[in-house]
Amino acid sequence: MIRLAFDLYQRRQERKQSSSVTPGPNSGATSTEGSTRAPSATPVIEVSHLQKSYGKVHAVNDISFDIHGGEVFSFLGPNGAGKSTTVEILEGLRDRTGGEVRVLGLDPWSHFDQVKARIGVIPQDFHFFPKLTPREAIRLYARLFKARVDPDELLARVELTDKADDYYDTLSGGQHQKVGVALSLVNDPEVCFLDEPTTGLDPRARRSIWAVIRRLRSEGRAVFLTTHYLEEAQQLSDRIGILNFGKIITTGSPSAIITEFGRPERIRIVGDPSIAGQLKPLGLSITQADGEVEVELRSKNDALPILQTVSASGLRWESFSTVNDSLEDVFIRLVGRLEDGASGTPPVGEVAA
Amino acid sequence: MNLGRALAYFPTFARICFRSRLGVFMTLIFPVVLILIFGALFSNSGSTRVPLSVENLDHNSPLSQQFIAGLNSTGVVSVSFVSPSVGNLSDYVAHNSLVAGLVIPQGFGAALDNRSPVRLLLFTDPSSAVAAGEVQGAVQGVANGMDLRIAGGSPIVTYADLNAGGHIFTAIDYLVPGLIGFSVLVSPMMQMVNLSSTWKREKLFRELSLTPLSRSEWLFATLLWYVVLALVSTVLLTGLGTLLFGAHVTITALALPFLIVGPVLFVSIGLLAGTVSKTPEVAAMIGNVITFPMMFLSGTFYPVSMFPSWLVPVAHALPLYYLIDGLNAALLFGNVSTALADLAIVTGLAVVFAVGATQAFTWREERGRVLSRGKVTHDGARGPAVS
Repeated sequence: MIRLAFDLYQRRQERKQSSSVTPGPNSGATSTEGSTRAPSATPVIEVSHLQKSYGKVHAVNDISFDIHGGEVFSFLGPNGAGKSTTVEILEGLRDRTGGEVRVLGLDPWSHFDQVKARIGVIPQDFHFFPKLTPREAIRLYARLFKARVDPDELLARVELTDKADDYYDTLSGGQHQKVGVALSLVNDPEVCFLDEPTTGLDPRARRSIWAVIRRLRSEGRAVFLTTHYLEEAQQLSDRIGILNFGKIITTGSPSAIITEFGRPERIRIVGDPSIAGQLKPLGLSITQADGEVEVELRSKNDALPILQTVSASGLRWESFSTVNDSLEDVFIRLVGRLEDGASGTPPVGEVAA
Repeated sequence: MNLGRALAYFPTFARICFRSRLGVFMTLIFPVVLILIFGALFSNSGSTRVPLSVENLDHNSPLSQQFIAGLNSTGVVSVSFVSPSVGNLSDYVAHNSLVAGLVIPQGFGAALDNRSPVRLLLFTDPSSAVAAGEVQGAVQGVANGMDLRIAGGSPIVTYADLNAGGHIFTAIDYLVPGLIGFSVLVSPMMQMVNLSSTWKREKLFRELSLTPLSRSEWLFATLLWYVVLALVSTVLLTGLGTLLFGAHVTITALALPFLIVGPVLFVSIGLLAGTVSKTPEVAAMIGNVITFPMMFLSGTFYPVSMFPSWLVPVAHALPLYYLIDGLNAALLFGNVSTALADLAIVTGLAVVFAVGATQAFTWREERGRVLSRGKVTHDGARGPAVS
C-alpha cells in the first residue's frame, strides 16, 4: 500500500513536469483499493444526438448520454446494436455522421492525439504482437507515452507477474485480456473504454478483470464498459444504457431499470398444478409452466392469503419461493430477442434516458 | 513527425521481425545460403574443364603424346584415358553419359612424320551442346597448331585476351550485387506483405494508433529497420563473396543511395499489396506473384545480357533490374553515370509506390480529410460490421 501511494505521488510529480498529458484521476490521489470516489460533477464523456450511418444503415441513431469520473457506465445490447461503433467514435477511431461528442471536453475525432493521451482502451477481441512479452509491451507503451511506469507494479495489478516474460502468443485468453488492461493503464488514463473485456474468459479470469474494473472506478476513473454478460453489468455498473437497433432504449442504475421495466415480485409454488385453480378467486395474475405456479404480488400483503389458500386446499406442494426479475429478464424483454441473434420482436419503444 | 518516438518504437519492431521465423530466414539465412551455393558453383575453386575421354590407339608415338599434352594445355578439357578394350568408343560415350570421347588412330605419329593425312574421331553428346562445342574448339585448335608446326610455319595473326576496365569480372563478382539486390527485395516485400495484412486483420494497427505513435513515425521506423538490414546484408554478402570466393567487389558510397531507396521501394510495394488484400492468404499470393519473377528475371543470378532477347524487355520492366544494375555500376564498375540513371528510376518508382501505399494504408479505423477551420470530414468508411 505504501508502495502504491509512493508510485502515485511519483506519477503526480511527473505529470506536473509534462504539459502534454493532463493530470489523470489518480493525480495526487492517495486512493486505496477499498475506497470509492463519488462520481465527478462534470461529465467526462458527453454524447448528444450521436448518429453514425454506413450508407443506408443507421448503426447509431440519435443517442445521447453522459458519463462522469468515478462511474462505471455499461452499454448493453445484442450483436449489431451499435455498441462498438459508439465506443470507437468516442475513442476517436471513427468519425460520426451527426451529433456532438466530447471526451474530456474535446472532440475525439479532430483532437485524436490529445484525447488518446488521456484515455485507456481495451478493444473488442484484443490482440497484441505474438512475440512480445507483457513486460516488453508495457515498456514500449511507456516509451511512447513518455510515462514512467514500473512494469512489475502494473503486471502485479492485473495479476500477471508470473507471465511477465512469456511471449503473448503463449498466454491464455484471460491473460491476453489482462495484458490489454495493463497496457490501457500505462498512461494513467482518466477514462477507460473496455469493449467486451471478459468475452470468452473463464469465470475466474472474468472475476479477476472485474476486480480491476472496480479498482479503476475506486481510483476516480470513468469506465465505459460494453458487455454481453448481464450479470457483469449488474455487478459492476453504476448506470446502464441498453442499446438496440442503434437507439438507446433506456438508461439508469441496474436496480432502477429492473424496478421500472421488471415484472412485480412473484411467489413461485412448486407442486400440484391444480393449485393455480384454487388461487384464481384471489384475483391475482397467475402463470403456470413446468409444474410451477407463479403468482404476481401487488403488494407484500398478498403473500399471506396465497399461502393460506394453498395450505387450505390440501393439494400437494413442495416449495414456496419469491422471485424477482433480474437484469437479464428485463433486458430480454426490452430488446425483444436473445443475444445469439435469434429473430424476435422489435424494441418495445424508446424510453427517455 | 516525432523522431524520438519513431526511434522508441524501432527496437520493438526489430524484435518483432527477428522473433518471426520468416523474418530471420528471409533476412539472414536465405541470402547467406544462396551466396554459399551459387558462390561454390560460380567460383573458380572447382574444376570447370570439360572431361574428354581419349582412346589412344597410338600410345607409343611421341606425337600422340604431344597432341594429348596440347589438349590438356588448352585449359578447356580434362583428358582421361580409355582402354581400347572398351570396344566402340561411340557406344562407350553414350552408355556412360560422357560429354565427349576422342579416338587417336593407330599410326597417328607415323602419318604426321610422313605428312600424310590422318583422321581423329571425336564423339560428343548432343544434349551437352555447349560443352561439346568447347571440346570441338579445343581439339580443332590443337590440331591446327600441330599442322602449322609440322608445315614449318608460325602464327601470323595473334591476339591478346584482355578484360575491359582492367579487371577480370567473373560470375561470382556479378552474383554479389545480385544477391544484395535480392535481399533488399525479399525481406521487405515478404515481411511487409505478411505483416500489413496480418496486422490489419488482428487490428494491431488500430492498437498502435491508440498510442502516441503516428502513422508516419511507424513508417519511418519500419523503413529504418529495412535500411539497416540492407546495409548488414551488403556487408555480409560482400564479405562472404570476397573472403570465400574471391569476388572483386568494393563497397563505395555510390551504393548507399540504392540501399536506402531500395528498401523504400519494396517496403512500399509490400505495404500496398498487404493493405489492398482482403485476407493474409490473398496478400501472400499477390506478394509471391510480384516477388518471384523479380527474383529470377532481374539479373540476380545471371547478368540480363545473357538472357534470350525476348526476355530482356521483361527484365527491363522490373524494378529490381534497375536496383541490381545500379549496384553493379556502383560496386563493380564504379560507373557513376549508369548508377545515377538507375538511381533516378528506382527513386521515381519508390516515390510512386510510397504515395500509393500511404494512400491505401489506414491507421485509424477510418481516414479523415481535414477541411478548413478544423472540420474533419469522413471520406473512407468501408462499411465495417456494426457491433
